[in-house]
Amino acid sequence: MAIEVRIPTILRTYTDGEKSVTGEGGTLSEVIEDLETNHPGIKERLVEATDGQSDLRRFVNVYVNDEDVRFTGGLETSVSDGDQVVVLPAVAGG
Amino acid sequence: MLSIGRATYDAIVAHARQDHPDEACGVVAGPEGSDRPERFVPMTNAARSPTFYEFDPADLLALYQEMDSRGEEPVVVYHSHTATEAYPSRTDIGLATEPNAHYVLVSTREHGNSEGHVEFRSYRIVDGQVSEEEVSVVDDTVSEPPSGIVSAHRAKD
Repeated sequence: MAIEVRIPTILRTYTDGEKSVTGEGGTLSEVIEDLETNHPGIKERLVEATDGQSDLRRFVNVYVNDEDVRFTGGLETSVSDGDQVVVLPAVAGG
Repeated sequence: MLSIGRATYDAIVAHARQDHPDEACGVVAGPEGSDRPERFVPMTNAARSPTFYEFDPADLLALYQEMDSRGEEPVVVYHSHTATEAYPSRTDIGLATEPNAHYVLVSTREHGNSEGHVEFRSYRIVDGQVSEEEVSVVDDTVSEPPSGIVSAHRAKD
């Protein structure tokens, strides 16, 4: 068992076109690190570092089991086998 | 070129008028790979702003799950500008993340909530590059003849 991560169209260049990949880890942050080893470059599209502090990018939404992680601890949100992570870029503009 | 049904076109314009002076936003979903905008889905602008729009993150998830289960994708992503022309802003370009979508911009700057001309334009936005495309409004109120014929007819309007 592992954690399923749903990849949006715009990031499928990192996953050979796959809509869904699997990752391992106990927190969202660890899952993203694991994704990065198999899909180099993807982390940079999800996470940004400001003042040495890593955080999700403002216009990237991540959900664990349909919960927006902004309300469940952000990158430190805990995940376990069988959980589903969904990544969706914001639909936004000016 | 964007080929869009009259009823959907009218619904986008009506949504923009209704939400003026705030920006209105939404999608028109269609079968994956079909390039046919068929299912009009107005969204709430969580920013409730005259200069910014953003789908509510919970609504966004629900929308994509629904499209997924129906085998759809966002064929059109639309929003309104309420004080400027119907051309993608720098923010629109920077945040565009659907390379396969037609980005529709409408502008209510002329008549606001009232009846009257609403600018309606469509673009592709890929890797920061904007290209405008022709919009062909097809009559979807009657059973459809082959689409090529309808487009050619409507293009003369």
